[in-house]
Amino acid sequence: MRNLLASGHRGCAGCCNAMAAKFTLMAAGEDCIVVSPTGCLEVMTTPYPESSWGVPWIHSLFENAAAVASGVEAALKAMGKAEKTKVLVIGGDGATIDIGIRSISGAFERGHDITYVCVDNEAYMNTGVQRSGGTPFDASTTTSPAGKVSFGNQRPKKNMPAIIVAHGSPYVATASLAYPKDMIRKIRAAIDTKGPTYVHVHSPCTTGWGFDTSKTVEVARLAVETAMWPMYEIENGRVIKVHKIKEQKPVEDYLKMQRRFKHLFTMEGGDEEIKKIQHIADTNVEEFGLIK
Amino acid sequence: MTSTRKLAKEKMMVVEGSYAVAHAVKVCRPNVISAYPITPQTHIVEDLSQFMADGEIPNCEYINVESEFSALSALVGASAAGARTYSATTSQGLELMHEVLFNVSGMRLPIVMTVANRAVSAPINIWNDQQDSISQRDTGWIQMHAEDPQEAADMVAQSFRIAEDRDVLLPVMPCMDAFVLSHVYEPMVLLEQDLVDEYLPPFEPEFVLDPKNPRTFGAFADPSTYTEFRYLQAKAMDKALEKVEEAANEFNEVFGRYYGGLIDEYEEEDAEIVIVAMGSIIGTVKDVIDKLRSKGEKVGLLKVRSFRPFPIEAVRKALKDARVIVVLDKNISMGLNEGALCTEIKACLYNTDIDAPVIGFMIGHGGRDVPPSTINHIIDQARDVMSSGITVESQFTDVREELI
Repeated sequence: MRNLLASGHRGCAGCCNAMAAKFTLMAAGEDCIVVSPTGCLEVMTTPYPESSWGVPWIHSLFENAAAVASGVEAALKAMGKAEKTKVLVIGGDGATIDIGIRSISGAFERGHDITYVCVDNEAYMNTGVQRSGGTPFDASTTTSPAGKVSFGNQRPKKNMPAIIVAHGSPYVATASLAYPKDMIRKIRAAIDTKGPTYVHVHSPCTTGWGFDTSKTVEVARLAVETAMWPMYEIENGRVIKVHKIKEQKPVEDYLKMQRRFKHLFTMEGGDEEIKKIQHIADTNVEEFGLIK
Repeated sequence: MTSTRKLAKEKMMVVEGSYAVAHAVKVCRPNVISAYPITPQTHIVEDLSQFMADGEIPNCEYINVESEFSALSALVGASAAGARTYSATTSQGLELMHEVLFNVSGMRLPIVMTVANRAVSAPINIWNDQQDSISQRDTGWIQMHAEDPQEAADMVAQSFRIAEDRDVLLPVMPCMDAFVLSHVYEPMVLLEQDLVDEYLPPFEPEFVLDPKNPRTFGAFADPSTYTEFRYLQAKAMDKALEKVEEAANEFNEVFGRYYGGLIDEYEEEDAEIVIVAMGSIIGTVKDVIDKLRSKGEKVGLLKVRSFRPFPIEAVRKALKDARVIVVLDKNISMGLNEGALCTEIKACLYNTDIDAPVIGFMIGHGGRDVPPSTINHIIDQARDVMSSGITVESQFTDVREELI
C-alpha cells in the first residue's frame, strides 16, 4: 500500500493527525480529493512551498470544509468524473463539532456523495489547547482550566455522530487510532457507501492531553477499554456492529496517563469527579452493550 | 469611444432584469451554480433553478446551500476542481461571505457572482443602495457596476472573460442596483448562445484538483512568502485594468453594445461641472444633463464602471478640465462622513495638476428615491461652489429634518 502522506511534515512526534490522515489515505487510495479545514493537519502538512499530500488536497477556511467538498463533488458530477473520484474531508473536532457544523449539516442534508472523517483530539490544539465542543467532562484546557473552584470543562462531549445520524446519513461509525485496521475498514465502508457518510476517530494528542509521545496508541486503546470511547457502526440509523470489550477497565487507568486530568488525582473532591466520569463510561457500556 | 447599443428590434423582448441576468449566466455555460436565496437576488436564482428544472443548462449542477457562507465556499471547491462557477447575492448575504471573499481572491479562483446592491442592516432594509459591495472593496474582487438591466446581463459574460483570463485569475462581482435594475421590465436583447460561444472561450484552468496530477491548494504561507502572494494578487488587479477594457471592446465587436470599459463619459468633453456616479442613478443624471445641455449649460457625466480595479489614469484624464467635480455615493464611510467613491476620486487627483474642487453627496440610501429635482438641486450647489468656493465638502442629500 503506497503511503500517500509523505513524512517530513511538521507534526509532533506521536501526532494523532498524521496517523489519522495516513490511515484515511490507506483506505481511500489515490483516486480521491481531500478537503481539510484550518487546523493542525493543514498547518503541519502544507508549509508553502512544501506539501505532504500525495493526493489532490484543498484547504479554504476553518468553518467551510463540508461546503467546499460539496462544491468539489458537484463539479466532478457536472464534468462526468464523479463515479470514480471520491471526495473526502479530514477535519478536527473544532472545525467539525463547533464552527463548521452549519456547513456539515447543509452538506449532509443535501446528500452529497462525500465521506467526512473527524479527527477528534478533544480541543483546539492548533491554537494552544483551548476547549471545544468535543472536550470531555472535567478535562483541563487553557480556556477551561482546573482551578481552586473548577475541575475543568463542565460539559460532556457534544454527540456529533448522533447529530449526523439524525441527518439520515447511510453510514456513521466511530473509530480509534489504536485499531487502525478497524478504522481503515470503516473509512473504506464509508467511501463505498453512496451519499454523505461520517467516521469519527478518537485521536489522542500528545501535546494537548499531556502524555509521552510514545503513548498515543496506548492512550487511545485505554479510551476504548474503559468504555470512554465506544466504537460502533450505524447504517441507515440502526446500530449494526459494536466493538465489544472483554473486561472494562476502570477510567482511572485512562485518566491518570494524561496531564489534562491530573487535577482529579490531586484536588480535594477529585475522587467524586472520577466517579462521575466512571458513570459516563458505564452509560456507554449500557447504551451500546459494550461488554461481551 | 462612447457607449453604443445595437439592439435589433426583432430580437428585443420585454423581460425582467433578473431574467436577463439569469439567461446570460445560462448561455455562459456554467458547471456549478451555488446560491442561497435573499431578497432581491431571488429572481435570478429562481430563474436559474427553472432553467435547471427544464434541462436547459447542460453539464451543470445547482447546489441549494444552507447559507451564503456555504454558497461561496462550495464554489471554492468547484472552481478548484475546474468548474466554471456562478453565484448571486446581496446585502446581508454578501456581508456573511466576507471571509470567503478574501479566500476566493487569494486562491485566485475566477468565480463570478452578481450582487444586487441593497442596503445593510440595521435598520433592516431590503431596498437599494451600494453599501454592501462597497464594504467589500478590499477583498480582492473585481467590482463593476451596471447602469441598466441590459448592461447587467451583458456584464456577466464580460465578467467571465475577465475573471478567467490567465493574466488575471481573479473573481468578479458584477453589480446591479436592487429592484431599480433587478426587478424592472424593459425591452432587452437576450444574449445569443452562438455569439457567447464566440466571445467566451471554455474555462480551461492550468491547475485543478486532479488525482492524476495531485496538487495542494490553500497551503499556508509564512512571513517569508506571504508578501509575494499579496504582491502577485495586486499585480493581477493592475493587469485587470486593460482586461476590463479589452472585454468591453471585444464585446462591442461581437454584440455591438458598449457601455464603457473602466469608465464611460457622457457630455463630458467641455463640461465645467462633472458628475461622477455608479449604477442606476446614471440614467437619471443623463436625463438631467440632456435638459441642461439644451439650455447651453456645460454639465457632463463620468460613469465609473470598474470600482475595483480603480481606473486612476482614466479618471484623471476624464476630469482634467473640470471646474467642479460632484461625486454621488450610495454608501457612506462612517466616521469620514463621505462616500467611498468620493474618497477615491479625491485620492486619485492628489499629486496631479488637477485642482478642481470635489464635493460629495451621499444619496439614495436604503432605496430613497432620487428624482431629477434632487440632481438639479445638487447641480445648483455645484454652481455655487464654482462661483464662491467650497463650504461643505460632503453631505447627506434629502435628509428629512422633521424626523431628526
